Amino acid sequence: MTLLSVENLSLAFRTRAGTVRALEGVTLDLAKGETLGIVGESGSGKSVLSFAIMGISDPAARIAGGAVRFEGLDLLTAPARDLDALRGAEMAMIFQNPRVALNPIRPVGKQIEDVLLRHAGLTRAEARVKAVEMLARVRIPDPERRAKAYPFEMSGGMCQRVMIALALACAPKLLIADEPTTGLDVTTQAAIMDLVGDLARESRMAVILITHDLGLAAERCDRIAVMHAGHVVEVAPTADLFTAPRHPYTRRLIATTPRPGVALADLEPIPGSLPDLRGDLPPCRYAARCERVDAACGAGPLPRLAVRPNHLVACARPL
Amino acid sequence: MRPLLDVLDLSRRFPVGKQTLHAVDRVSFSIAPGEAVGLVGESGCGKSTLVRMLTRVLDPSDGSIRFEEREIGYVPAARFTGTSDRALVQMVFQDPTDSLNPRFTAFDLIADPLRRLKGPWTRATLTARVEELARMVGLPVELLGRFPHQLSGGQKARVGIARALGPEPKLLILDEPTAALDVSVQAVVLRLLDDLRRQLGVSYLFVSHDLNVVRLLCDRVLVMYLGRIVESGPADAVFDRPAHPYTRALLAAIPSLGEDKGERLRLTGEPRSPIDPSPTVCRFHGRCPMGEPRCAEAMPALRPVGDGHEAACHFAGD
Repeated sequence: MTLLSVENLSLAFRTRAGTVRALEGVTLDLAKGETLGIVGESGSGKSVLSFAIMGISDPAARIAGGAVRFEGLDLLTAPARDLDALRGAEMAMIFQNPRVALNPIRPVGKQIEDVLLRHAGLTRAEARVKAVEMLARVRIPDPERRAKAYPFEMSGGMCQRVMIALALACAPKLLIADEPTTGLDVTTQAAIMDLVGDLARESRMAVILITHDLGLAAERCDRIAVMHAGHVVEVAPTADLFTAPRHPYTRRLIATTPRPGVALADLEPIPGSLPDLRGDLPPCRYAARCERVDAACGAGPLPRLAVRPNHLVACARPL
Repeated sequence: MRPLLDVLDLSRRFPVGKQTLHAVDRVSFSIAPGEAVGLVGESGCGKSTLVRMLTRVLDPSDGSIRFEEREIGYVPAARFTGTSDRALVQMVFQDPTDSLNPRFTAFDLIADPLRRLKGPWTRATLTARVEELARMVGLPVELLGRFPHQLSGGQKARVGIARALGPEPKLLILDEPTAALDVSVQAVVLRLLDDLRRQLGVSYLFVSHDLNVVRLLCDRVLVMYLGRIVESGPADAVFDRPAHPYTRALLAAIPSLGEDKGERLRLTGEPRSPIDPSPTVCRFHGRCPMGEPRCAEAMPALRPVGDGHEAACHFAGD
């Protein structure tokens, strides 16, 4: 059952230096309980997409077209009051830097209580009990005492757990995790991702995991969407994407990632860099970096081929 | 071969109220000329404190740092900058955006350490040297007039490497030099670093928690846990036959493509406190999947488990 669907979403930022077309024709859907990875280089539009889904885009952002539907409700046209009721309760987000995202001058327990008071209709006393319970659920040792701590008194891994407790306090149906473990140790990363995975399985929560780490996405996601310069270039079940990538960019991305059994000389760098998203762009934004480019690539609009029922590629000359 | 750097029983303690935090606790290792050594461990394990002592911006509490058989550990950090040894140990910092002065052009960023540590220069010789360095790291000479914000991440990384190589160091300390880069650029920078080491014969101490990257670049690996080295050895041996349970957990935690690792070794619990740690308890005890009573009775010392391969665990080699 589809929980979230993004249909042909285009978004641009108006800046003094011109209009930056950050997302173009993005189409994705997410089923209940599914974990979808979104991978790509920085600047590919991963975070812009997640902010747009949550309706917390920068004021300079303009939606140029498309729709975002959450259980049938179009989030882009819904009144602000409906969105406020949804965010934090039905859909929640974990941000990249927990220390910046948490309120630095409020004890972490209070911050969780705030969400519960706003959305769950609990009394203060109930909220306090539930906040400590949430801290315990994300395996923070001594949650009673930790609830009174401020973010600066906790390690990065602990703060990230608090963020997760905050996001999951109202048992949302959708969790967007934007680089939730960047900057954390691999051991902490594994613990945090295990936690998100366990909680998602328990309550059939859908997760969008945004990361630039292909290895992490490979291990944790059911399906993966690859983004390049504001386009979703390939979407496929995880195993298919890694064993038989069909977009030339996906193949390059995999070939450049360090992994066991591969020597330095075998890593293939990706030539070129992301194009400037201002001004005129060819239908395929990867064309200038692509080794397979030919006349067909610039001829018509970017095709979206279903090479298999579940496997979409936005390429005129797929592998 | 005589080691380039020889560290013996190096410690650094910080007072915390009436107690003492043992950030680095009796660490010994050496680096041969031209060798690339990886230093891995989680945040808070003392990597940075160790690096700051080796680069001589922080004074050790105990122990010796011998560089080309000369003791440099006793020179106070404040005076080390004035010695001729300063040029010999240089550092490439983690985030090229934060570590480059935003008001310096790429030219000045590369020229600054040259002006301070080398010379005398004329305008012509300095320009020639900066351009030579830019070419060496693959930075187009036309970009030397740009400021950091006008450069891409990969170009900034190249500036960081060029300015560290300028004073012709014999030891280059690299602190997560590719952590801020995209994978597409990372491969290029890693290859550049590998080429430069072969070309210049400089030694690397490569600090990272990305073990996939360490494996690509390093001959030998040191694994640190709570201020101590718990395992060291040739990179292949440590990665293929890790002898310390912490190293095994670290390797199991790396997400990787296409390799099924089966049941993951999960670490539970929090690390022990580095404040006044008991000298008779293994630092990994409590988090270790194989803890036994004797782990709380005697701290294991490093002992050989293979050719040049050592581990500090009672069960290593069993």
